Amino acid sequence: MSGQSRHLLSVEDLERPDIERILARAGSFAEVSGREIKKVPALRGRTVVNLFYESSTRTSSSFELAAKRLSADVVNIRSAGSSVDKGESLRDTVQTLSAYDPAAIVIRSPHAGAAQLVAGWTDAAVINAGDGKHEHPTQALLDVFTLQERIGALDGRRIWIVGDVLHSRVARSNILAFTRMGAEVTLAGPPTLLPRGIETLGARVSARLDGLEAADVVYVLRMQNERMEAAYIPTLREYAQRYQINPARLRPGQLLMHPGPVNRGVELSADAIDSPVSLIGAQVKAGVAVRMAVLFELLASSPTLAVAA
Amino acid sequence: MTRPRDPLVCAPAPAADLLLRQAHVLDPRSDIDAPHDVLVREGQIAEIGAPGSLKAPAGVRVIEAAGRHLFPGFVDPHVHLRTPGQEYKESIATGTAAAAAGGFVQIIAMPNTAPTIDSSAVLEAVRALATQQAVVPVGVLASITIGLGGRELTEMAALSDLGALGFTDDGKPVTSAAMLRRALQYQRLCGGVIALHEEDPDLSGAGVMHEGAVSARLGLTGIPSISESTYVARDAAVAIYEGAAMHFQHLSAAESVVALAAAQDAAQASGARLSGEATPHHLTLTDATVRSLDSRFKMNPPLRTEADRQAVIEGLRSGVIACIATDHAPHARHEKEQPFEVAPMGTTGLETAFASVLTDLVRPGVLPLALVVERITAGGTLYGLEPPRIRVGAPANLTLVDLEATWDVGADGYVSRSANCCFHGRRLHGVVALTVAAGTVAFDTAKAPLTQEELA
Repeated sequence: MSGQSRHLLSVEDLERPDIERILARAGSFAEVSGREIKKVPALRGRTVVNLFYESSTRTSSSFELAAKRLSADVVNIRSAGSSVDKGESLRDTVQTLSAYDPAAIVIRSPHAGAAQLVAGWTDAAVINAGDGKHEHPTQALLDVFTLQERIGALDGRRIWIVGDVLHSRVARSNILAFTRMGAEVTLAGPPTLLPRGIETLGARVSARLDGLEAADVVYVLRMQNERMEAAYIPTLREYAQRYQINPARLRPGQLLMHPGPVNRGVELSADAIDSPVSLIGAQVKAGVAVRMAVLFELLASSPTLAVAA
Repeated sequence: MTRPRDPLVCAPAPAADLLLRQAHVLDPRSDIDAPHDVLVREGQIAEIGAPGSLKAPAGVRVIEAAGRHLFPGFVDPHVHLRTPGQEYKESIATGTAAAAAGGFVQIIAMPNTAPTIDSSAVLEAVRALATQQAVVPVGVLASITIGLGGRELTEMAALSDLGALGFTDDGKPVTSAAMLRRALQYQRLCGGVIALHEEDPDLSGAGVMHEGAVSARLGLTGIPSISESTYVARDAAVAIYEGAAMHFQHLSAAESVVALAAAQDAAQASGARLSGEATPHHLTLTDATVRSLDSRFKMNPPLRTEADRQAVIEGLRSGVIACIATDHAPHARHEKEQPFEVAPMGTTGLETAFASVLTDLVRPGVLPLALVVERITAGGTLYGLEPPRIRVGAPANLTLVDLEATWDVGADGYVSRSANCCFHGRRLHGVVALTVAAGTVAFDTAKAPLTQEELA
């Protein structure tokens, strides 16, 4: 980004000033979301295609709302029931959709690098809405936004990311975003779910929760049943005993985050989710404003255009 | 054991009559490293003389080769010709033409075709096609097990009688050590080297690249080095126990080189013969390239770390790894134009093998030119083939290369039917000017190259 890239494929596309600019604009859009008429005309007459090859609730609905609140026309395509289901290649699907001259293609794929490939096949701006276990940059942006709204700048803040790092695109994007914003990141989870070499991203790695009390923020990752079936962990019971975040493991003043959807009683206890220190609801709410800001940055932002908000 | 049939087959072509004048001849086996004139008559090296001393008899084409190097022709023990069954990726015609363009004069084809080369009928059909289409001689390995299934041995003796050079389930490991042991026991009857693709499928799992910092960053499932090295150690122990001849294909991990070196030491008393090969891509590239998520860098075994690359280079230097092999693995554009995790594994390599090693290892002074020439001509000897030699009376197997000239890989397309080359876009030193294979001109930059249609 920063005027160089037309796409948002990875948090690596963003320098700290880019993140700050986008999130400042997200703040303005959050104000729009508080109005009775939650629309601005910034993308009127332009088309945003949401291409989702994986099921998604939060990400797809918030991208749709974000585009609509910017007055764009929105096309939602899900793999089930579409030509994708009939074996059409990603390239052919993208070329077909490009015939509609979309301003942006938002893509969610089970495969790393899918958004990058799409960017090479279309004139549209491409936004990575999650590619395999690789990245989910808009999640990272909305997480930084949510945290900044609550505690201000992240410089020197200690953030623990707890759980299944191996299978988490959120973890990867958030390590990059949090460290770019000056935070210190620790990864904690079962050793089988901490990928070899992940420390090279600039995070500390721990197999235990010892020292968690030093964290300002505890960011909990989703723990899926499949991981137990694949023998990464013996049982969800043992996982919960060792790694579940519950009020007994949190000290006062620590904030709790989770990208959703939560497995209640596994990675988080029900009372933790619903406690006042939980930012989970705020994260979902931030999703729309931050995605509006990303769409605006890629499609409408230019020195000659007044900020529509 | 004697082979009833010539294991190498190619299409008939006119015998060459050439005088290569003032080429810098480098043949480590003949201990030549100086400018010479080389006269080829009726496909044989007829005379080697001081530079400028030989006269061309009538009807002999003269090639002024001053400033260029003349090597014994290269031999590639590991090529996927995709025939039968996947001719949309490569044919015997296009694959052998790509080999000739890369300076190779003999190649050995892998049996993981569709159907598998696991029966006399399929082997005969491939050899028959090669006698019509191959522009350089092709040797064929048959599979160890039916359909690469790992459960039933092929008729190894019959396949050997029909010219199979050896046996491999390449593309897949032989997971059962007991099955592998039986094949090694059967080797006493049928001869032929057992060549192995070493990989523990449980440890590799759904891996798509080397397990390490880069896979952790990209969220791609990793293939750990121990997936390869534990199988090398296991199978070498079985080979030593049986006193067998075993070849380890496309070694990629430092741990594997260590395991092979230790096994070679242990094998000396047993009569077992253990050899290894390394590919140009494992010698020159690392998993850092995968940061691009470009599926051209997806191959199996995967590109590994710089430490692994250095270990493979040292293995090649010391001789633990006896030869360079391309593992030329063509795939169609629509197959490679997919997300990294979905795209098939493999890179082409015939056209770039020598140039990539020259550019990245010889020119920077990592490996001597003579050693590289020895290793890139040694791929057939482990299968019992005579290595190409530049000496009077030998069949003309020659590769003429301009070491100073550069070319941009892929800029003019490829001779191979497929374009999935991991060196695509690189500027490499080393342009092959002429390849003489089995006494015939197989590639010649002085002539217009054949189009894909003509090769089809």
